Amino acid sequence: MRRDYEKEKKDMVVVEGSYAVASAVKACRPNVISAYPITPQTHIVEELSQFIADGEIPNCEYVMVESEFSALSALVGSSAAGARSYSATTSQGLELMHEVLFNVSGMRLPVVMTIANRAVSAPINIWNDQQDSISQRDTGWIQLYAEDTQEISDMTAQAFKIGEDPDILLPVMTCMDGFILSHVYEPVVLLDDDLVAEYLPPFEPELKLDPKNPKTFGAFADPNSYTEFRYLQQQAMDKALKKIEDAADEFYDLFGRYYGGLIDTYETDDADIILMAMGSIVGTIKDVVDKLRAKGVKVGLLKVRSFRPFPVEAIHNVIKDAKVVVALDKNISIGLNEGALFTETKATLYNTKIDVPVIGFMIGQGGRDIPVETIENIVDEAKKVIDSGITVESQFTDLKEELL
Amino acid sequence: MKSLLAPGHRGCAGCCDAMAAKFTLMAAGEDCIVVSPTGCLEVMTTPYPESSWEIPWIHSLFENNAAVASGIEAALKAKGEMGKTKVIAMGGDGATLDIGMRSVSGAFERGHDFTFVCIDNEAYMNTGVQRSGATPFAASTTTSPAGEVSFGNIRPKKNMPAIMAAHGSPYVATTSIGYPKDMIRKVKTALDVEGPTYVHSHAPCTTGWGFDTSKTVEIAKLAVETCLWPLYEMEDGEITKVKKVKNPKPVEDYLKMQRRFKHLFTKEGGDEMVKKIQALADENIEKFGLQ
Ligand SMILES: Cc1ncc(C[n+]2csc(CCOP(=O)(O)OP(=O)(O)O)c2C)c(N)n1
Ligand code: SF4
Repeated sequence: MRRDYEKEKKDMVVVEGSYAVASAVKACRPNVISAYPITPQTHIVEELSQFIADGEIPNCEYVMVESEFSALSALVGSSAAGARSYSATTSQGLELMHEVLFNVSGMRLPVVMTIANRAVSAPINIWNDQQDSISQRDTGWIQLYAEDTQEISDMTAQAFKIGEDPDILLPVMTCMDGFILSHVYEPVVLLDDDLVAEYLPPFEPELKLDPKNPKTFGAFADPNSYTEFRYLQQQAMDKALKKIEDAADEFYDLFGRYYGGLIDTYETDDADIILMAMGSIVGTIKDVVDKLRAKGVKVGLLKVRSFRPFPVEAIHNVIKDAKVVVALDKNISIGLNEGALFTETKATLYNTKIDVPVIGFMIGQGGRDIPVETIENIVDEAKKVIDSGITVESQFTDLKEELL
Repeated sequence: MKSLLAPGHRGCAGCCDAMAAKFTLMAAGEDCIVVSPTGCLEVMTTPYPESSWEIPWIHSLFENNAAVASGIEAALKAKGEMGKTKVIAMGGDGATLDIGMRSVSGAFERGHDFTFVCIDNEAYMNTGVQRSGATPFAASTTTSPAGEVSFGNIRPKKNMPAIMAAHGSPYVATTSIGYPKDMIRKVKTALDVEGPTYVHSHAPCTTGWGFDTSKTVEIAKLAVETCLWPLYEMEDGEITKVKKVKNPKPVEDYLKMQRRFKHLFTKEGGDEMVKKIQALADENIEKFGLQ
């Protein structure tokens, strides 16, 4: 992370995370917004509605749909017609969009959608974990995870820039932890309209629904051609690896704020133990790293910003010399007893010469608090692995025996 | 009138969907954008890298074409391009009355300026003739087959035009591919009226209904001539124009020509069913003042 807090101070305002996102969306000059309310995403769309009601987003239509399914469907139409298109949702809303998610990415429509991450039902639960977006990992969307309010705000502009690049043309989910980021008031620098105008060019796709140059979108592809469509999507994801880094660098040059490109690192250079995580938990882990470093424990943090595309090479480079790697996941693949970051990290190491033990912890599900002590205990478990090898690969954290 | 649906599509010979699409485009002209959901029409017109559509066209899913159309309309509005360009959503009966119902309802309630054309071939043809909410009483389909103890589909057609009129649509019309001029005029009217307008076109499917490929138009006309498919227009919820039928033909004339009603003439008790169908036609004569 590279930031000059002293310099930023004079421009900071204290606002709710949702407001910061809405304000960032406004600065990005969208043409069509469509969304359906669901906690904890609601404040974002309410703020955007108010901006539109106050005439603060010119040339923008808000489509007040009857469901999330139609929200994203409307953006299929608007994006194909050449409009910069935005939505926000979470949990059940995102799950309802599942079929449309493939459609958006398959037609290469660079829609941007904020996910205020929340647990999925049943049992119904409105609090934060990341099961919702992780469950959509194979839908062909770029997935970025933000650490704090400032990052999710800035990531919004980066998302449009990455997705709309003519070499990429992929939809982007920007993920923020529900409540923890969406409902918390923090000092942030809101995106400056003029700077964003400089950073983010207008959306002018080469191909769109245009009667002057008629094209067919979403044709029927048989076994002769379907594979090649998928291949090209994968190729675009490969190109996005660099584009995500470039977008972060260019953002830094203009705005002076940087949170990492595909990943970010904290005290990893000489670390024996490296904790990997995504989202707001990264902040807690940094505190733990500071605390343990003061006691001489060689621990570091690898923050994953981009989950799709998965930054295999960047992760290799950081973890190759560690003695143990710990993946923390706010999600689980039921039946495998693993979270996604853990599975992916193990998979990236197989068939390489890097022989680092990886263990996983599923943590913070359904909004369960993640105190510093929990992370410290996890570090203790990691130390044991260095001494005696892996006994448990992946496990739930802080289970309440009395409820089982 | 130029046809903007290129020849050489992969529909069955005598395909009703192709005719309905062709007539709709004749009414719309070049300055339009069309959305079609999954179904026969989409599959037969867009085998990549070919396309029959000489206007901008987009397919997304089986259940959301009205929502996609909403987004296109919003985009045109936002970019100041609304006005000349017409937005048309064209969907099968399944995509309209069943799985797409919520999306159609939402788009009409929001009042988007577009025209929805339902191509009603009275079943899910693309997946092999399964029953839909538009399948008529006593028709045999692969999921409502006639059998030892069954006369096929036991429910009447869902009254979609009435539902759309109840949404406050300023213009709703029923059409038939048996009457191209009438259909083109009505689609044109629908496109010119501001707001969400609805055209429900009856479209006999040679494969699904079981009749000779040369008879599509004849069967379509018979549905109107027997008063089983009344042609009318509604403005702001009121019926304003009805196509009169001078000497209605008996429903048998229509039913006998189709395999899907064969059991009515071979199975014991079939005559009772035919009487019930005649009663539906008589009810239409009364209700719409067809004579
Ligand atoms: C969610 C979903 N369910 C089922 C299908 C399978 N499916 C494709 S087309 C179709 C039926 C289409 O029927 P209709 O809308 O009446 O159009 P037709 O083919 O008869 O013209 C079905 C069931 C699908 N594509 N998507
Ligand atoms: S099954 Fe019916 S609707 Fe489908 S292509 Fe054949 S004739 Fe047309």
